[in-house]
Amino acid sequence: MKALMAFLAGLVFGVGLLVSGMTDPGKVIGFLDVAGAWDPSLAFVMGGAVLIGFFAFRLAGRRAKTFFGGVLHLPNNRDIDKRLVAGSVVFGVGWGLAGFCPGPALVSFASGQAKAAIFVAAMLAGMLIYTAADRLIHEPRRRARQSG
Amino acid sequence: MTIDWTHFTPWTSLAGGVLIGIAAAMLVLLNGRIAGVSGIVGGLFTPRHGEIAWRLAFIAGLLAAPVLISGSMPRIDASFGTLVVAGLLVGVGTSYGSGCTSGHGVCGLSRLSPRSLAATAAFMVAGIATAFVVRHLA
Repeated sequence: MKALMAFLAGLVFGVGLLVSGMTDPGKVIGFLDVAGAWDPSLAFVMGGAVLIGFFAFRLAGRRAKTFFGGVLHLPNNRDIDKRLVAGSVVFGVGWGLAGFCPGPALVSFASGQAKAAIFVAAMLAGMLIYTAADRLIHEPRRRARQSG
Repeated sequence: MTIDWTHFTPWTSLAGGVLIGIAAAMLVLLNGRIAGVSGIVGGLFTPRHGEIAWRLAFIAGLLAAPVLISGSMPRIDASFGTLVVAGLLVGVGTSYGSGCTSGHGVCGLSRLSPRSLAATAAFMVAGIATAFVVRHLA
């Protein structure tokens, strides 16, 4: 049941990305390039998504459980730290370079775009590198802090 | 500032955004999860019990979307090298910053989270600066 709901959510998400124009890197860069011929479309994507999301998360915030009685995993980290900002800046540079962010890249890859496949492979490698580095560098530090 | 009227698609972009919002609403209200694509994919690299099936199902849904509808013809100008560098930066950056345009952007802003607003401002500014350098200085 959970997997079916997640599949349907992913499907609607992907259709939304295709309809919105987010899967076209030219359109994404046309939005980010405010100094050139500016295409404001992506502000409408964000506006439409947040309009619905605002009410959905307000409802979720008032509930203790999901509609099926499951656990609501809402983020509780509120820190605005170096990690958050530095990571987001690195992501933004990659986004501005190719015009792909993770969701649209996956959908574009599934549409049979060879260039999106290259991007997705590199993105997964980046996530893997991060995970490995996190285990090597941060995990021993966390353990040291706990025992010390 | 000049507007690119030929590519400007306010209504379809708004409609697509509403669908993305509905998908995020479905995932949080039915599954109790945040629709953040980088987080959902990245979580597969540190697999935990009961944390794999729903992630794979969501990704399968994303990948199945082009079966239902074809988007506009994508304009991908980036070279092979740029795509590799950009992909690596997006993979590392979203992992380190705990989110991307969907997790921090859509879900975080919907939750009025100051942390996600800071992340969204950071990647927007970095994206705009990068696009400026690539389009006007390089």
